[in-house]
Amino acid sequence: MAELEAVIGLEIHVQLSTRTKMFCGCELSFGDEPNVHTCPVCLAHPGVLPVPNEEAIRYALKIAAALECEVAPRSIFHRKNYFYPDNPKAYQISQYDEPIAGAGRLGGIRIHRAHLEEDAAKTIHLGGSGRIHGSGASLVDFNRAGTPLVEIVTEPDLRGAAEAAAWARLLRETVRQLDVSDVNMEEGSLRVDANVSVRPAGSDRLGTKTELKNMNSFRFLERGIEAELARQRELIAAGGTVTQETLHFHPEDGSLHPLRSKEEAHDYRYLPEPDLVPLVPSEEMLREARESLPELPEARMRRYRDELNLSEDTAALLAADPETAAYFERAAAEAEGVEPRVVANWVTGELAAALRQDGGQGAADSKVEPAALAALVGMVQEKKISHGSGKTVLAKLVAEGGDPEAIVQREGLAQISDSGELEGIVAAAIDANPEAAEQIRAGNGKAIGAIVGAVMKETKGRADGGEVNRLIKEKLAG
Amino acid sequence: MTRELLELSVAAATHRIAAGDLSAEEYGTAWRQAAAGDELNAYLWRGEDGAANDGAAAGPLAGIPVAVKDIFCTEGIETTAGSRILEGYRPPYTATAVRRLGEAGARLLGKTNMDEFAMGSSNENSAYGPVRNPWDRERVPGGSSGGSAAVVGGGLAPCAIGTDTGGSIRQPAALCGIVGLKPTYGAISRYGMIAFASSLDQCGPLTRDVTDAALLLAALQGRDPCDSTSVGIEGGVEPPSREDLSGLRFAVPSELAHDAIEPGVRAVFEQTLARIEELGGEIDEISLPHSEHGISAYYVIAPAEASANLARYDGVRYGRRAGGAGDLIEMYETTRAEGFGDEVKRRIMLGTYALSSGYYEAYYGRAQKVRTKIADDFRAAFSNHDFVVTPTSPSVAFRLGEKTDDPLAMYMNDFFTVPMSLAGIPAISIPAGLAEPQGGGPALPVGFQIAAPAFAEQRLLEAAYALEQAIEFGAHRPGSGAPFAPPVGKKRTGAEGRADG
Repeated sequence: MAELEAVIGLEIHVQLSTRTKMFCGCELSFGDEPNVHTCPVCLAHPGVLPVPNEEAIRYALKIAAALECEVAPRSIFHRKNYFYPDNPKAYQISQYDEPIAGAGRLGGIRIHRAHLEEDAAKTIHLGGSGRIHGSGASLVDFNRAGTPLVEIVTEPDLRGAAEAAAWARLLRETVRQLDVSDVNMEEGSLRVDANVSVRPAGSDRLGTKTELKNMNSFRFLERGIEAELARQRELIAAGGTVTQETLHFHPEDGSLHPLRSKEEAHDYRYLPEPDLVPLVPSEEMLREARESLPELPEARMRRYRDELNLSEDTAALLAADPETAAYFERAAAEAEGVEPRVVANWVTGELAAALRQDGGQGAADSKVEPAALAALVGMVQEKKISHGSGKTVLAKLVAEGGDPEAIVQREGLAQISDSGELEGIVAAAIDANPEAAEQIRAGNGKAIGAIVGAVMKETKGRADGGEVNRLIKEKLAG
Repeated sequence: MTRELLELSVAAATHRIAAGDLSAEEYGTAWRQAAAGDELNAYLWRGEDGAANDGAAAGPLAGIPVAVKDIFCTEGIETTAGSRILEGYRPPYTATAVRRLGEAGARLLGKTNMDEFAMGSSNENSAYGPVRNPWDRERVPGGSSGGSAAVVGGGLAPCAIGTDTGGSIRQPAALCGIVGLKPTYGAISRYGMIAFASSLDQCGPLTRDVTDAALLLAALQGRDPCDSTSVGIEGGVEPPSREDLSGLRFAVPSELAHDAIEPGVRAVFEQTLARIEELGGEIDEISLPHSEHGISAYYVIAPAEASANLARYDGVRYGRRAGGAGDLIEMYETTRAEGFGDEVKRRIMLGTYALSSGYYEAYYGRAQKVRTKIADDFRAAFSNHDFVVTPTSPSVAFRLGEKTDDPLAMYMNDFFTVPMSLAGIPAISIPAGLAEPQGGGPALPVGFQIAAPAFAEQRLLEAAYALEQAIEFGAHRPGSGAPFAPPVGKKRTGAEGRADG
């Protein structure tokens, strides 16, 4: 049987961090007392009408620009009808066949569309399973009702659980840098659903998909997709077929359960929203959305890789973290005569390790000034201090900040530059380790470590490791 | 003295109040007393003497009491839309139209009875009992703004506002012998007006004469930031003054020369066309080829929108909630089964079906195409005519119960008014004369409908005013053409009604 290839598309709900709700003037909130941010409009009193939030439209246009989507010159809102207590009008105002944003792409994955809609209220079911069936009572908090959302739908271009999670992270970082959402999965301001199917590798037909919901972290997203792919592959291997359904992810044990039965399947009876006029963004709004875009992770990664010659991994690591990226760029600008890639390696390597040891704050928040790091890297490159001493100085900088040259002076860490002095120390170390010397002469290169170690101990790490190696080999070959 | 006050037009009363010849309090009290004598089951709520109702407001409608259809939300005052499902509901806010009347100095006289959620043409669909026609209490006042038409026609209010979705202002105005204006869609804010069919619903005045309609429209119209579809009338609205119709071209659609028109109605319509010519107007027959499909398209679009608009009445947040329900679905079902009347249920089911997956294009999609064609027909007609004229209703007021078992016959009441609603254009019904009902009996009012292009309200009011002066219908009042006599202080009879508020 042919290998079964994973075909995954994501549907991402981004809660916008506008000041007020999508169709009324109530303030957005998180964690406030229930039902304090409500009004006749978001409680769907008789006779109320929605008025679109311009800020939300501007935010959606920024997201569309960041995802290189085609923006519709005219889009419309629809009513999506269904009864549930979290849906006060019994219809959600959403966009259906004429969304604000069409085809786009991010990180090699095609975007199908992005549209504006409103969030539902929050329901809390008391007693029983925590779901409405069998609960003693249900409570509804309308603070969230009407919060603006942008739903982003990808094409089914992702081919594995890890790839899907990595792409979702890229999307989060991209949206985060637009400053239009908190993009916090735990708090629900970023919600990622996955459409998962499998097909024989190489086929261009799509298999029957299932929709996975309630994965409120990237780890759960990956685990959920992995579990579902395994289930579908086993099912097909056993001669079964996949049924289209919505599955709910249970974080306690990583299991998936159908959300609702077919009998309750919805016919949303979409209807063009007669209370709203078509959404026609002005030239000014479109221009503002384009011009306000910061450099996004993907573009930054390409610039680091192609213009600054960073390795692909280091470029991606830095590009995904705008604050550290900015720190790196300041340090690289300060570092005279040092390649940016060397600075980048220090930022993502030695500095990141030292900060982890110290409690884990980011480079930008640390006591290590970008100029100080630049100076330190310069001293190592010019062999004024050894790499080992560089790490010692860095630890001091992390702990108390300051000027690396002063630390080198104070601690006496300047590299031994007098080759006569170093030669003497090397000779003494060889004499003190005759067995190692004998092994080296016999061709066992690994034995050199003992003699290098002795030299370093004697010099307190102030010797250049490369030079020490060279001297030892020279003397023993002689 | 009181009777003289009640016979003043709104325009005359505003002049006398502004001149200091009449006290707003005296005028308001006279009307509250008149309203208290409601024997038509026309009011669902009435304001009380004194209290906040008597503020010394200034403005073009200072001191004028207005009756408001119970479809408009009024903060703290029960608003039911004629439905059991909203029994006891007190809105936390006031509709823009009502607020604007208040800002113009008007006072809320009472809330008027109506067909449930504005669905009906006879006011027999009210959960609070039918309204009686002031001309013949065994007959309907029309609907759905039957209460608003009856209070003005019956001398229980100087003026009123209602809503018109497919004829709900014009038809009851015609059947009660008063003026009813449906403005252009978007002229007046819909905020706070309980939605029936959002793309058709429009607020408008019901008054004794055209000048009063203009006065109310001037106060009501305007863009409202709370209603994205409102635009207002550019240049506002002035009192009409035109006395002839010379140079104006009136189009009579041949398709509307319908067999179902009662002979008496047809006769009054022909007389009115003759008057138009006497006043210098030109009459042409034109074609509105798609208008005969108006009723079919309307009874798809309006129920479809209604099915979504009425879904919020679920018992969760306000209004009626069925007790003793076992689970959520049962609570929804019982609440709605008990709360809605038959006609509302019928339209919710029609609309739900029309929007169902697989049927959408065949019903809603096609109905919208018909709607576009009807609007195109009117545009073509207005390219070389100023107005389109028709009878407002094919019949005079019919008997209570006469059409309740035949929804299709009831829907045909809207035959002449629905096309204008679908096209979104303004139309006015003015009383044009009296005609004997089929089967005999005292003569009853006949309405004449004039429609104009979108936002040409001023032109429409001018023509209606000129025609009104020539018709002199004002001499006729309920009671076999006898002089106007509001039924004050008579014994309450018949119809089931609520306790007065």
